Amino acid sequence: MTEIVMSQTPPILHGPSEKEKKYDRQLRLWAASGQAALESANLLLVNSGPGVVGIETLKNLVLPGIGRFAIYDEATVGDADLGVNFFLDADFLGKSRSKCLTELLLELNPEVHGAWYPSQENATSLDDMLATSPVFTAIMYTFPISPQRLSILEAYGQQHKTPLVAIHSAGFYSYFRIHLPGAFPIVDTHPDETATTDLRLLSPWPELVDFAKSMTQDIDSLDNFEHGHLPYVVILLYYLEKWRETHGGANPITYKEKTEFRSTVAAAARTNNPEGGEENFDEAVAAVLKTIVPPSLPSGLKEVFEYEPSEPIEERSSFWIVADAIKAFYAKHNCLPLRGNVPDMKAQSKVYIQLQNIYKAKARLDAAEVLETAQAIAPGRHFDPAEVELFCKNAPFVKLINATKGGNIASASSVDRLQDVTAQELANDESAELTLMPLSLLPIYLALRATSHVASASADEILAEVAKIIPGANENERIVQAAQEVARAEGGELHNVAALTGGMVAQEMIKIITKQYIPIDNTCIFDGIGSRCQVLRL
Amino acid sequence: MASAEAYPGSEPARWKYLDQIRTRAGPFTDPDTFYGSKVASEMDRMNVLVIGAGGLGCEILKNLALSGFKNIHVIDMDTIDISNLNRQFLFRQADVGKYKAEVAAAFVMRRVKGVHITAHNKMIQDFDEDFYMKFQLVVCGLDSIEARRWINATLVNMVDEDIEDSVKPLIDGGTEGFKGQARVIIPTITSCIECQLDMHAPRAAVPLCTLASIPRQPEHCIEWAHVIAWDEEKPFPKLDKDDPEHITWLYQKALLRAREFNIPGVTYSLTQGVVKNIIPAIAATNSVIAAACCNEALKISSSCAPALGYPADNYMMYSGNDSVYTYTFRHEKKDDCPVCGNLARDLVVDPSGTLRDLVDSLAVRPEAQLKKPSLRAQNKTLYMQSPASLEEQTRPNLDRTLVELGLGDGDEVAVTDPAFATVSFKFRLVFRKAAS
Ligand SMILES: [Zn+2]
Repeated sequence: MTEIVMSQTPPILHGPSEKEKKYDRQLRLWAASGQAALESANLLLVNSGPGVVGIETLKNLVLPGIGRFAIYDEATVGDADLGVNFFLDADFLGKSRSKCLTELLLELNPEVHGAWYPSQENATSLDDMLATSPVFTAIMYTFPISPQRLSILEAYGQQHKTPLVAIHSAGFYSYFRIHLPGAFPIVDTHPDETATTDLRLLSPWPELVDFAKSMTQDIDSLDNFEHGHLPYVVILLYYLEKWRETHGGANPITYKEKTEFRSTVAAAARTNNPEGGEENFDEAVAAVLKTIVPPSLPSGLKEVFEYEPSEPIEERSSFWIVADAIKAFYAKHNCLPLRGNVPDMKAQSKVYIQLQNIYKAKARLDAAEVLETAQAIAPGRHFDPAEVELFCKNAPFVKLINATKGGNIASASSVDRLQDVTAQELANDESAELTLMPLSLLPIYLALRATSHVASASADEILAEVAKIIPGANENERIVQAAQEVARAEGGELHNVAALTGGMVAQEMIKIITKQYIPIDNTCIFDGIGSRCQVLRL
Repeated sequence: MASAEAYPGSEPARWKYLDQIRTRAGPFTDPDTFYGSKVASEMDRMNVLVIGAGGLGCEILKNLALSGFKNIHVIDMDTIDISNLNRQFLFRQADVGKYKAEVAAAFVMRRVKGVHITAHNKMIQDFDEDFYMKFQLVVCGLDSIEARRWINATLVNMVDEDIEDSVKPLIDGGTEGFKGQARVIIPTITSCIECQLDMHAPRAAVPLCTLASIPRQPEHCIEWAHVIAWDEEKPFPKLDKDDPEHITWLYQKALLRAREFNIPGVTYSLTQGVVKNIIPAIAATNSVIAAACCNEALKISSSCAPALGYPADNYMMYSGNDSVYTYTFRHEKKDDCPVCGNLARDLVVDPSGTLRDLVDSLAVRPEAQLKKPSLRAQNKTLYMQSPASLEEQTRPNLDRTLVELGLGDGDEVAVTDPAFATVSFKFRLVFRKAAS
């Protein structure tokens, strides 16, 4: 055993800091890098109406430690607020709602800063506030909102490339819609661990081939312990070699060939041992269909490769340069940089670690090549090798959100798009009974959207507004029902629906701020009667 | 429809938004079950039980109070830990160490005037059926599958055709990271938590021989320190997973072992995560799931809109990892559910295996998940965990094969477990054909 001296410092010093303890359950999701991004974020909420959904969103962002928030809300606290908003109480009646909300939200986390508007001392108007505040990382606004105010926010978003999030919650219904300033790529998408296995069994590199050969050259003379502890990677490489010898050098590719290959592996397990079988061979058999696959280009990455950012190379973020370098790597090698992880498998410790190191070394080599290419594409620019390594590791899972050319906010109100999607969704609904698909929630969006700028409206008024865009909407039963349901709320929020929607929006804000996991693209509609949601690109 | 009159209860100005919805029919409201004029007074009188005052529980209490419920009880025996503060928004730094149920109840009552919340700093198992019978609705926000199964079994057992209102709807939420689920159970009528058990399969345990001789992963080193080294060295009288000193001991042991085998990746955080089986948790997801549960509570109590449960969908799965995705469906009741069905559940077994193999396997089989099972066949006791004398008497059976014990293909075995005092799980042995 290697000699290891127990650390001389008191053991407790190795433990987490107070802050790490407080944030432990979330650091396990987005790590210190994600936490740092949250702590440097500055969010604005422009609040209106009953104003609950925005506050529930902020609650879920103050708790995990967002850096700073500001609330712009012109309302004073009234009786109805006390029945629906948890962050107000009777002592605040008649006072500025933004001030009271800010005070009570700040109680949740002493590390967070908050500001409220309008106020006499600070800015008195939305324009003032935007002009005098530090630049916002993202802006959320709730409906109803006046068209003038909305255009102020949109102009700000365009100028500062600020993501805008529109949120509407009324009665049992809600939706939120994210306007991102241009294409939004994510590298750290956190794919399911089981989906990430890439063992390159059909295109092993020399070190891996040599390693497998060294373990299997006398496979039949191995004792039962050694034979029963061959890692399944080695087993599969050995029998693939054998297969090629009898199949004109070709690998098993079709399903039929793979199942046949699987049988030969299964038949090779020793059964004349006390266990009557071998676990490592069981693992090998189970891994055949999933791991014996030729390299391919996943759709998410393909989209990144094909996307042409509008900026010239010098102005592009390092993401696009590294993406180009990986594209060049793929063109040259006909495979992506190796991810380098090896799933756990039955093996002796030493052998497994050796195998792991072979994969890691190759992954590092591939990443180094990508880094070199990136530097050739953008000479003089500095690339963080860790960032390049992460990109290489996650290459098959990178995702591009809002991949429209320029992705401008002006197109946000594009009526054409809404008409197209409506036609598609209503057509889907016609065959829903056959396809067993749930009915579209688009009628909810249409009905809520019709009340974007008014405190409340009757079902007829809502239908008339919808019909301006979707002719004949007033004859569609589901749109009529949605309009009636929205009218029932009279612009009021149900606390549960506000809290639920606020939870979803907070998740999205976290994803956008940390650039981890995958945000929606771009509208999420929630139906509190059927208890389900639908995401549509509108 | 929308123009219909609302029926406000007390404080109409304050509850305006709620009353507009809960006392007026909408296009989806079932007119046969909805009486708008009675909703407010009926909800005023209802007793709702909340189980758990943690991440979901705090949200649930807030949501119920703002949904018009006036009489709420909450059960939780836990005290507040610093790691709760990132999401359990009713607690502050100064509350660390106090009872969750007590602090949460007091906070919500202070903020939402007119709601009465009774806190019980106890375990759910400390209460009897008379206690549970007082409630019209149970909302669960728990992190333990055992507690969920216990309350589920208790509520199913309480159903008595002769007792009015003995069917207590159970609304259950759970989260993990960005994902979660909300479900409604109408005991004996819909699929129950036990019916759905295999949707929450336990993580496969690492074989002991891997821990003992061929570790490969940092988790193997940590489990080795936890399961083997601790027992051998007993550095403290009893392992307290919340004591940083104990975790540090395990961490250093694991680290030494990892270095011996050149295994990278053992950290304090991972050690803590593995030993305590920590599930990542954030405010946002709790907000989604707790609100989904309480939204159902409001719909069930007022009939102002169709709720999950019966006869429609009863289960909502939620995932926020990759975009936002919900799958809301109807989980079918199982005839062979050990709690709410009448048929024995099939259990595939190896006839040449020992009773010990069977007993051990019950803990990990997704369809059983029983950790301390006692087994009885038709006419004989196979193995009893207690009392000690009976355990000793039946212990030799553990090393006999099922065939030696006279068990046959298709025989029924009744299993009890101290975690489910009243319930006997019926299984039907199905002999696995010998490997060919
Ligand atoms: Zn059941």
